[in-house]
Amino acid sequence: MLDACGVSSPEDLFSHLPEAVRLGRPLNLAPGVSEYEIVDYFRDRAAENANGYASFLGAGVYHHYRPVLVDTVVSRGEFLTSYTPYQAEIAQGTLTTIFEFQTMICQLTGMDVANASMYDGSTAVPEAAMMAVRATGKGRVLIAKSVHPEYREVLRTYARNQGMPVEEFGYVPEAGTIDLEDLDRKIDGLTGAVIVQSPNFFGIVDRVKAAAEIAHRAGALLVVLFTEAVSLGILEPAAGADIVAGELQSFAISPCYGGPYAGIIATREKFLRQVPGRLVGQTTDSRGNRAFCLTLATREQHIRREKATSNICTNQALIALMATVFMTVYGKQGLRELAEQNLAKAHYLASKLRPRFCGKFFNEFVVKVEGKTTDEMNKALLKKKIIGGLPLGRFYPELADSMLLCATEMSRRADMDAVAEVLA
Amino acid sequence: MPITKVRPHLSPNESLLFERSSPGKKAYQLPELDVPAVDAADALGADNVRAEIDGFPEVSEVEAIRHFTRLSTWNYAIDYGMYPLGSCTMKYNPRINELVARTEGLAWAHPYQPEALAQGSMEVMARVEAALAEITGMDAVTLQPAAGAHGELTGILLIRALLEKRGNPRKKILIPDSAHGTNPATAAIAGYAVENIKSSETGVLDVGALEHLVTGDVAALMVTNPNTLGVFEENIIRVAEILHAKGAMLYMDGANMNALVGIARPGDFGVDVMHLNLHKTFSTPHGGGGPGAGPVAVKKVLEPFLPTPRLKRSGKRWTYDYKRKQSIGRVKAYYGNFGVLVRALAYILAHGGPGLRNATVDAVLNAVYIRKGLEPYYDLPYRAPNMHEVVFSDERQAKLGVRTGDIAKRLIDYGFHPYTVSFPLIVHGALMIEPTETEGKREIDQFIDAMISIAKEAETDPQMVKGAPYGTRTSKVDEVTAARKPVLRWKP
Amino acid sequence: MYPENFRYTKEHEWVLVEGDIGTVGITDHAQEELGDIVYVDLPKPGAHIEQGKSLGSVESVKAVSDVYSPVSGEVTEINGLLADSPEKLNADPHGAAWLVKIRLSAPAEVASLMSAADYQSYIGAEK
Repeated sequence: MLDACGVSSPEDLFSHLPEAVRLGRPLNLAPGVSEYEIVDYFRDRAAENANGYASFLGAGVYHHYRPVLVDTVVSRGEFLTSYTPYQAEIAQGTLTTIFEFQTMICQLTGMDVANASMYDGSTAVPEAAMMAVRATGKGRVLIAKSVHPEYREVLRTYARNQGMPVEEFGYVPEAGTIDLEDLDRKIDGLTGAVIVQSPNFFGIVDRVKAAAEIAHRAGALLVVLFTEAVSLGILEPAAGADIVAGELQSFAISPCYGGPYAGIIATREKFLRQVPGRLVGQTTDSRGNRAFCLTLATREQHIRREKATSNICTNQALIALMATVFMTVYGKQGLRELAEQNLAKAHYLASKLRPRFCGKFFNEFVVKVEGKTTDEMNKALLKKKIIGGLPLGRFYPELADSMLLCATEMSRRADMDAVAEVLA
Repeated sequence: MPITKVRPHLSPNESLLFERSSPGKKAYQLPELDVPAVDAADALGADNVRAEIDGFPEVSEVEAIRHFTRLSTWNYAIDYGMYPLGSCTMKYNPRINELVARTEGLAWAHPYQPEALAQGSMEVMARVEAALAEITGMDAVTLQPAAGAHGELTGILLIRALLEKRGNPRKKILIPDSAHGTNPATAAIAGYAVENIKSSETGVLDVGALEHLVTGDVAALMVTNPNTLGVFEENIIRVAEILHAKGAMLYMDGANMNALVGIARPGDFGVDVMHLNLHKTFSTPHGGGGPGAGPVAVKKVLEPFLPTPRLKRSGKRWTYDYKRKQSIGRVKAYYGNFGVLVRALAYILAHGGPGLRNATVDAVLNAVYIRKGLEPYYDLPYRAPNMHEVVFSDERQAKLGVRTGDIAKRLIDYGFHPYTVSFPLIVHGALMIEPTETEGKREIDQFIDAMISIAKEAETDPQMVKGAPYGTRTSKVDEVTAARKPVLRWKP
Repeated sequence: MYPENFRYTKEHEWVLVEGDIGTVGITDHAQEELGDIVYVDLPKPGAHIEQGKSLGSVESVKAVSDVYSPVSGEVTEINGLLADSPEKLNADPHGAAWLVKIRLSAPAEVASLMSAADYQSYIGAEK
């Protein structure tokens, strides 16, 4: 090969590089190690994390069982090691599963069209906001304080550079739902998007219909977010939503210390051309058989460049496939039964404590702790090998005496009894 | 004659999940509840409870596994053969990565679990930051961005923050006309106007033109190095000087790092901020289109603006520093695509310093070898030495009516995935080819033979080439109707 | 091929002036360059357009092309045919697949546009 390249040594291939750019020394990285040593390294790291703890953390990332079929399917080399399906003739596997994914998301959210996934729920928020602003031509965004705090932070980072003013409206202290009067006061003719989350960060089913009325009266679009996808199995799709965006981590995506996850954006037919990210469409091949392909690519960065609907290139295809397999395994009945189990577990735990908010909740709720701080409570729980709820003080100073508890189908009665014992 | 390449094989037909569903079929079993059941209408309010999910699949486990298995056989993949896609770096995805990413204590970790119980994850992230800093020659790394384009946005926001601090964020970003589409799209989202710079006749940045273009209004130049022609920007140090003299910054798109690891470091040749694509250079799987990870590496001057939080050493432990007043904020919830970072670290550990350098050498060798093999048959518009990828044009074949898209589709019949078609835009009818280091000589020789054969077919039977592919399960897909009458979901 | 009573722009648009109304479209050369057209993005009636500025765009599968208005004025009518049948723009770009009608605010602008003969030489030279 070197002969064919006309060089006598591989180093000659780099001789055209200016001397000044050459790294004149080896990289300061240890030499390569064997497979066994790599497994050991990560096993040691895993041992330094929590192992064998029962966890009552939710707050946007949920512990749900991952059906075994999920990894069986995504481990197939044809799915794992394939590329973006730009060449439709040799990527019908990926394209078909994405089409099924888009369909299932529409069925769950009650929307007409869903994209092939965003990076995650948090980045889907600014994308949805930008969509609403494009569609209405109005640049102001109102977002509820009861939306996940880190999601709001991400929106602010994007909005700052878009000339997109973002303002927050509050929640009602007794119910934990959005403060509709505050929303009504703050909304105006320049508002393009109103963003709420349901169930919200406190786990409470929020007043989406009322928010829709206020938003639409002012000529703004309503964006409804979700972070706990299992809730879609039992909660009525948000009527009045123009755009639904959210996080699918609950659908067989390992918590994995924060990522990779998969977000989605779903919307009405009329906003189709404003949707960011990849879309798979149905068509035929030259023999007349049904086939699928990426479509409406002219919205995207590789064609429109600076006028694109977004700069996003990737979709979380493999992660979305995990969710697709999960949705298939549970199916119509299973997703409902799974949601009912989550409801039962969380309400059992709540019945032994006193939820701080009176609003209706799905599988998360807030409790105020008495006598000790939230940190002290959690320390006591750790001694029982239980990770307690998220202390809310870090995000809501007014709730510094409270924690957010989540129970899922994986929470055991004995552990919930132990939590109740410590917290009551 | 031995069979040397993938041949078309029988692929069973398969309908959609919704078309093979039957009411009552299940593939799941939940345990019995150990707590009392709760009435949904009571708990949530009757108005909030949904009716059944119309049209949602109902299949058995056997039907589910057969469905996905059959569909998977319709895909090409790296596990089947080479993807010569330029700037995608489709190298082998080591399976050890998949194994370690599933280690329970790592895969099950909740991002909000107490720091004392997350030291393992934090150590992994710290190790990745350090390795990437060493590889890029930069001072600090953030692992928060979820993908390359996301990293680009983060990088440009960092530049904006620094310039704002200095009194003037400036108005525009210079982007070569050979750049990937995410570059101008990113600049626009970051609130900058885009000014395109024409490449010189030799395909690299026109330094003379640049000197005139860099004014006090320019915030940065976004460069890819080597560029999308696979050519090293030989004047990069001078380019950095020109920018810095005017108070502007140099952003590098790290998509082509596979040509530089262990050979040259962007931090050493004047880059201020850059992103990496872990799903390219660092072997994490593409998975049909994602996930990826796009860490951003910066020089010290940009460190204060990095996304919050940052990992910090506190005695013998890791902790998160949230008190970062100058930070641009968050670009994503939590800390980054941790699962992808684990895979990248496994790759780095497996190769080590010497191995990473060897990979680069092999990647360049393979690409130069392909160039030499195809030069007699395909037009090479830019003659500068290429590194890990090479770009031809379809000029010779176009005279016979055969374009790069046709050649690409015909390549499928030879058992390969097409190369990157019609990009970069500065080459008319581009064929952009990147083999990566994990292709052996045998596979590459087969690729070269296939391309030569197609060049000959273009001369003797151009109509046949234009009608390709012939050997695929699905024939040419009608993308026009898909765009004219979009059908984006199944309906009963 | 190129109607004598049309006027043409360098960006391959045409305008047919009748009284104070200009009917605007893209040329046959333009539709051929674009390939199969999948979508046409047009302004709303009532929109004010300036000569040389974009009034919308035409999309094929892999490309988007802005349409630059040959004249300034107010959009009075848009061609409803193109929403459902964008392919008509490939078939009949000079006739049934006109894009918009504009009430001219500066009729003198038309004099600066190319005649059919000039346009024909222009695209001949481009090739």
